Amino acid sequence: MVDFSLWDIFRNLLLAARWTVVLSLIAFIGGGLVGLGLLVFRLSKTPGADKLVGAYVQLFQGTPLLMQLFLSYFGIALFGINTSAWVAAALALTLYTSAFLTEIWRGCVNSIPKGQWEAAQSLALNFPEQLRYVVLPQAVKIAIPPTVGFLVQVIKGTALASVIGFVELTKAGTMITNATFKPFLVYSCLALMYFALCFPISLVAHRLERNMNRGRQ
Amino acid sequence: MDANKNILVEIAQLRKSFGTNEVLKGIDLQVEAGEVIAIIGKSGSGKSTLLRCINGLEVFQSGKLTVDGKPLMHENALAMRELRQRVGMIFQSFNLFPHLTVGKNVMLAPRLVKQRETKPGEEQARQLLARVGLVEKYDAYPDQLSGGQQQRVAIARALAMEPAVLLCDEITSALDPELVGEVLRVVESLANEGMTLLMVTHEMSFARKVSDRVIFMHQGRVHEIGPPELLFANPQTPELQQFLSSLND
Amino acid sequence: MRIDLDFLAVLSQWPLLLKGVGLTLALTVISATIGVMVGVACAWSRANGPVWLKWVVGSYVELVRNTPFIVQLFFIYFGLPAAGLKLSPEVASIIAMVVNLSAYATEIIRAGIEATPKGQIEAAMSLALNRMQTFTRVVLPPALKKVWPAMVSQIIIVMLGSAVCGQISTEELSYAANLIQSRNFRAFEAFIVATLIYLVLSMAVRRLLNWLGPRFLWGR
Repeated sequence: MVDFSLWDIFRNLLLAARWTVVLSLIAFIGGGLVGLGLLVFRLSKTPGADKLVGAYVQLFQGTPLLMQLFLSYFGIALFGINTSAWVAAALALTLYTSAFLTEIWRGCVNSIPKGQWEAAQSLALNFPEQLRYVVLPQAVKIAIPPTVGFLVQVIKGTALASVIGFVELTKAGTMITNATFKPFLVYSCLALMYFALCFPISLVAHRLERNMNRGRQ
Repeated sequence: MDANKNILVEIAQLRKSFGTNEVLKGIDLQVEAGEVIAIIGKSGSGKSTLLRCINGLEVFQSGKLTVDGKPLMHENALAMRELRQRVGMIFQSFNLFPHLTVGKNVMLAPRLVKQRETKPGEEQARQLLARVGLVEKYDAYPDQLSGGQQQRVAIARALAMEPAVLLCDEITSALDPELVGEVLRVVESLANEGMTLLMVTHEMSFARKVSDRVIFMHQGRVHEIGPPELLFANPQTPELQQFLSSLND
Repeated sequence: MRIDLDFLAVLSQWPLLLKGVGLTLALTVISATIGVMVGVACAWSRANGPVWLKWVVGSYVELVRNTPFIVQLFFIYFGLPAAGLKLSPEVASIIAMVVNLSAYATEIIRAGIEATPKGQIEAAMSLALNRMQTFTRVVLPPALKKVWPAMVSQIIIVMLGSAVCGQISTEELSYAANLIQSRNFRAFEAFIVATLIYLVLSMAVRRLLNWLGPRFLWGR
């Protein structure tokens, strides 16, 4: 049996961590764009938009991310498209992120007082102008802390992509465990690496939230 | 036929319900250009709802509402945009845009709706702010202003669209008493310049002084209507008598 | 291109699915109960305890909230045996779920506790209640009531997260779905059925917990 040093373990995990970061960014940015579109659609008062987006959100928030990943993986295969775990994971995580972000952002827009909408309307601004120049600038400010906070959830979510075979941090961890027979050590390192990724972001989000609450006296 | 009579706002048999609760039970009203009308009454009598129907913030179920000869068409976005350029509104809670400076608050709508260029827009904004006595606050943010100052900025913001009619929805009710005067002075000067005003107000002495007609609303109807000297001095109905006496308590 | 779906092959395995649902619910009930209790204890420590205890609980909370549940689960099931503690899949799952839920519960409940108006505590003290009585009878019930929606949401999140426990052979719902599809190769159908069952479960459990809270936790 080959003897692995701590450094070997660490190095391999670090290499795999790249993919965790890449997947997280793709899901976060892609999910953000989709979520924004869904938000505008929901706000546009198109008949049925509210119910449709509401159902979409309920679907992703009321089911396990693991199931969503499996469905993405086997669902794409159903259409005869031979796909890698990578694409399936990116798709599932993007949609998952879009549902949560659109709901977070909807809450932020709803917290803008109705009077702002009415003042904008009374000044003859149309709906896109009301949104773009009056409501969204205010909503964005409120939305930053919870959005940054959700990035942590996305990073943790990428760990599940290991189950469908995508080689990110967690998958690398299980593979290294199988090779080294040192699960306690490997999984501890794994936890620490996720912690190193997520904790700074949590701190930033927390600080942003505190600053905002202080400024809102 | 009086050649000077120019009906700006015509309301016929207006009915509005919130769900099963009928709040406006058939309003008839004609407002001439240059008229100042004060609307008084108990809370829940439908005063604000009536005002908000005129600029389309509330949708009414039956009746006819015409502004400047054009009937109100709620589903037609372009018609509503036209309407709101003719009709301006000042709110009880000011509703200034907190993320924009005072100057930008005033300039926003003319820029977007009337495609006003930056320089003429700035000039107009400074002019209007001078008119309401706040030109030095051009670069300030709304949260740096007192309530009375914010309301005066709101007036300047509405005037920037050069409306034919100004709707004032209890614009001094949220102000500390010592700040009410500065706002009322601005409104009075607007009235003297010939602006058509519809004001929902609790400031009876102001209404008496400035308005051409006073409307007393009660339970969704125009209960009494007439010039202030007659209405305040000689209330005809027991409801108005009760309302006026309750104010003096 | 024809897509050939056969849901009957999956639905005919309903006994397996039912068993899986049963275990998912059992895991959720047990870990929610213990998790909330631990959460209350930790929240109290963080709000009222000595400095060293605050630090310990705080570190625990941040560690759990910033690492994925699957890693926590694998550490407990695969990692602890190397340190001498071997656990069954079910026990490991419960421990992982409790550890996870408690960390979030701590913060949720702490927010509720810290929002208690000072006057309430002063009134309790002047009525000669001791600290424990003040906490359990005056501070905690209104705090729980206030944060209950957030707590319910977190329990649902942990229930949905329990799907991962199938990976260590805990025979809950996702394991049942996996087992079914490994036998009849109807992967997509199996996971659709399981997903829909999870959706129904999340709605039902939410309703149940919203009913339960007022009745048992803070007396209407």
